[in-house]
Amino acid sequence: MANLQTTFAGVSSPNPFWLASAPPTDKAYNVNRAFEAGWGGVVWKTLGEAGPPVVNVNGPRYGALLSADRRLMGFNNIELITDRDLEINLREIAEVKRLWPDRALVVSIMVPCVESSWKAILPRVEDSGADAIELNFGCPHGMSERGMGAAVGQVPEYIQMVTQWCKLYTRLPVIVKLTPNITDIRHPARAARAGGADAVSLINTINSIMGVDPYTLTMSPSVGNKGSHGGYCGPAVKPIALNMVAEIARDPQTAGIPISGIGGIGTWRDAVDYLALGAGNVQVCTAAMVYGFKIVQEMADGLSSYMDEMGFDSVAQIVGKATPTVSDWRYLNLNHISKAVINQDACIQCGRCHIACEDTSHQAITFEKDGKRHFEVKEDECVGCNLCVNVCPVPDCISMRSLAPGEVDLRTRQPVVAGHADWTSHPNNPQRSAA
Amino acid sequence: MTTVSPPITVPDIQAGRLSAEHYPLRFADATPRLSPSQALLESERCLYCFDAPCATACPTSIDVPSFIKRIGDGNLRGAARTILESNPLGGMCARVCPTENLCEAVCVRNTQEDRPVAIGRLQRYAVDALMQSEQPQIFTRAAPTGKRVAVVGAGPAGLACAHGLARLGHDVVVLDARAKPGGLNEYGLASYKTPDGFAQAEIRWLLGVGGIEIRNGWKLESVAQLEALRQEYAAVFLGMGLSSTASLGVPGESLAGVQDAVNFIAALRQCEDLSTLPVGRRVIVIGGGMTAVDAAVQSKLLGASVVHLVYRRGPEQMSASRAEQEWAQTNGVVLHHWLAPCEIVASSGAPGHAGGVRFAQQALVDGVLKPCGREITWEADMVLKAIGQQLGNPVLAQAGLALKDGRIATDAQGATNISGVWAGGDCRAGGLDLTVEAVEHGKRSALAIHAQLLGAR
Repeated sequence: MANLQTTFAGVSSPNPFWLASAPPTDKAYNVNRAFEAGWGGVVWKTLGEAGPPVVNVNGPRYGALLSADRRLMGFNNIELITDRDLEINLREIAEVKRLWPDRALVVSIMVPCVESSWKAILPRVEDSGADAIELNFGCPHGMSERGMGAAVGQVPEYIQMVTQWCKLYTRLPVIVKLTPNITDIRHPARAARAGGADAVSLINTINSIMGVDPYTLTMSPSVGNKGSHGGYCGPAVKPIALNMVAEIARDPQTAGIPISGIGGIGTWRDAVDYLALGAGNVQVCTAAMVYGFKIVQEMADGLSSYMDEMGFDSVAQIVGKATPTVSDWRYLNLNHISKAVINQDACIQCGRCHIACEDTSHQAITFEKDGKRHFEVKEDECVGCNLCVNVCPVPDCISMRSLAPGEVDLRTRQPVVAGHADWTSHPNNPQRSAA
Repeated sequence: MTTVSPPITVPDIQAGRLSAEHYPLRFADATPRLSPSQALLESERCLYCFDAPCATACPTSIDVPSFIKRIGDGNLRGAARTILESNPLGGMCARVCPTENLCEAVCVRNTQEDRPVAIGRLQRYAVDALMQSEQPQIFTRAAPTGKRVAVVGAGPAGLACAHGLARLGHDVVVLDARAKPGGLNEYGLASYKTPDGFAQAEIRWLLGVGGIEIRNGWKLESVAQLEALRQEYAAVFLGMGLSSTASLGVPGESLAGVQDAVNFIAALRQCEDLSTLPVGRRVIVIGGGMTAVDAAVQSKLLGASVVHLVYRRGPEQMSASRAEQEWAQTNGVVLHHWLAPCEIVASSGAPGHAGGVRFAQQALVDGVLKPCGREITWEADMVLKAIGQQLGNPVLAQAGLALKDGRIATDAQGATNISGVWAGGDCRAGGLDLTVEAVEHGKRSALAIHAQLLGAR
C-alpha cells in the first residue's frame, strides 16, 4: 500500500481525500462517521455570524441529472450555509478535533463583507482548534443575494480585501474557495494570491436549473410552485473544474499556489485527474451524498494501487505532472496526424461510428463491403477527429494511430513532416510570427 | 415387504388432474410484461444501430431502434406508433414471434455480451401501454373512398389487410368461419403466450379504427360464394389459413385418443375452466413445430405425468426454435429425435382406444430419411398429431386459383392468378407459417389493393 499522507497548505492528513464544506459536514455526528470511514479531512459546513442562524427551505433542496438507469451525473442544491447556531458548531468542532487529531479539520466561513464581521469570528474559529479556514466565496444561491458567497467571489477586489483581513486576524492557513460563475478563473485566483491566501480551492457549484416538469410546466426542483437556481456539481462538472484548476496551475501569476480540487470526484481516477493537473488534494461531496462515507475507501485504495503500479512514493509526486501538457491551442503541433483504426475482431457492427461520421463529420467510415455490414476507416477522408472513438460502445475497439514522419497522409497525399509546426508560424495565420 | 401394482392397461384420460389453484398458476403469462424499471433499463441497452439488423430481420420491418429509444425517452405512445405503423398486430407478435430467430438473433449485443436486447418484451411493453391508455387509438381513417373489400378469414393476415385498407378509407367486411375472430391468435398458440383474452382485446383495438365489419360463421364452401364476393366487392383478400392437419398415414390413426394437436390447442384456448379439460396420463406428441411444442407443454401443464415429443429428424431440422425446444424441456417434456411413427397401437384393455405408438428409428442415408431397423414402442393414453397443416378447402382449386405446393400461388404483393383476388398468411404458398409474416402479407396486399382500386377510379 502506497503512503497517501498529504500535506496541503501546511495541514497534514492521512490521505488527500477531504469532504468538502457541504451538507455531509454540518455536524459532529456526520463528521465523526466520516472520519470513522477513513476520510483524510473535512471542511466543516460554512459557519455564519453569531446570532440567529439562516433558515433553509424544507421542500426539495436537491435536484439531479440522472441517466436512464438512474446513475447520478449531475447534482444541484439550494441549501444555504449552516442553519445551526454558531456556538453549537464551534463546540462540536473542538470536540471532533480532539477526537481526531491526525485528521485535517478545516472550517468554512461566510460572514458579511465588512472587516468587523471577520475580525469577530476568526479568533473564535481559531480557538476551536481547527487546522485552517476556508473562505466561502463561491456559494451561488441564496447567500449571494445577501452580498456574500459568490457575490464576493465574482469581484476580485473583494476577494483580495477579505483575504487580507483573514491573514491579519488569524494565524490559521487561509484557503480561498472560488466560484466558477465568472468569465476567467485566473482573475479571482490572482486576487486571492495577492491577498496572501495560502491556498485556493475550486470549484464551488455552478448556477443551474435542473429542468422543467413537463406536466406542470414548473421549473424543478421547485419549492411549492417556484424554484430558484441552485449550485450544480457532481460528475458532470468535473471537466469544467479541471480546466480551471489547470488554468491556475499554469498561470505565471498563480503557479505554485496550493490548489484543493473540487468537482465530480467519485473515483481514484477522478482524483488523479485533479492531482496531475496541479491540485495538492481533493474535496468530495456528491459521491459521499450518493454512496455514503464508505466510498472514500474505494477511492483511497484505488489511488494507492495506482501509485504502487506507477512507482509513486507519495501523492506529491503526482501533483502537477500533467500541467505542462496543457497548452494554448496555438501551440498544438499541426504536423501531427492521426487516423482512426477499427479493430474488426472487436467490432460488434452497430454502425454508430459510420452514422456519426457520415452525418456529422467527414464521411470517413464505410458501412458495407461485398454486400455485408462492414465498418472501416477511409484513411483518405479521416481527419483524426476522434468522434468515432467516442461514440463506439465497445471499449478499445476504435483507436487512434499516429502517423510516423515520412508516412503519407492519404487525405492530403502529403508525407507527414517531422518536427513541430503550429499556428503561430502557419502561413494562413495573418498574425504569424516570422519563421 | 413390497407390493407390486398391476400394470395399467386401460386408457387413462381424465380432467382435473391438478388441484384448482394450480391451473391459473401454470397457465399464467409465461413471459410477464416488463415493469417500468425493467423496460427503462432494457431500453438503455439498445445501441440505436445504424441500418439496424433487427429492423431488417423483422418481416414487418418495425423500426426497432426508434421504438426502443422512445421507450427510454418516456414516449410510450410514440413507441407504440412506431410499432403499429409497421405491424398493426404488434401486440400479438411481441408475444408469439420467435424473436430468437428474427430480430433478437441479429442484435449486436449478442456479439458484445452474449445477450440480445429483449426486443419482443419491449415491444409488448409499449403496445400494452398504448392499448391500456385512455386514448388507445392512434390511427385515423383517410376520407372514405366508397370502395368495399371482402376479406376471408379473420386471422393475422386478414386482420392486417382489413386494418390497412380501413386506414386508407376503404370499407372492409371480414368473413370468418369460426364463432370468434382471430384465427390462430384466438384458436391456436399456447394460452400462456397470450393469456387474459389479449387476442380479442387486440381485435377490439384494431376495429377501433373504423370501417371494418366482422361477420362470423361464414364458410367458403362453394365456388359461387367466391364469385359472389368478386361481384359484390371491389377486391377480395383470402386469408383463411389452413384447415386440415396432415395425416400420419399409419395404422391406428382413427383410434380414440388420437387427435390433431391444433384441435387440442383450440379446445384449450376456448375452455373456460381448464380443470374440466381431459388430458392423458401419458401423452405422445408427434411433430417438430411450434404447434407440437405448444401441445406438448400444455399437456404437461394440464397434469400429464409423461409427455414425449417425437420428431422424425434431428433438433436442427425442427421448425420449433431452439428456445422453444428448451422451453419444452424446462416444462418437463421429453424430446426424442430420429423416430418416425409406424403404428398407433390399440390399448390392450380397450381395443378401440390408442394405447401406444410404435416408432421406427430413422437415419439419413445419402440425404434421404430411412428407417434403420430398430423399433421402439411407448405406451400412451393420448396421441397428438402435429406434423403440419394443409390448405384443405377444395373450393379454392375449383374456383380456378393456381396452387403451388398445395397452397395459393401469388406474386410478392399477394395477387393471385384471378383478377381482384389476393391471398396471404398460411394459405399462401412459400411462407414460413409465422404470425408476423401473415401480418406482412396482409399489410402488403392492402397497399396493392389500394393502389389498384385508386387506379381503377
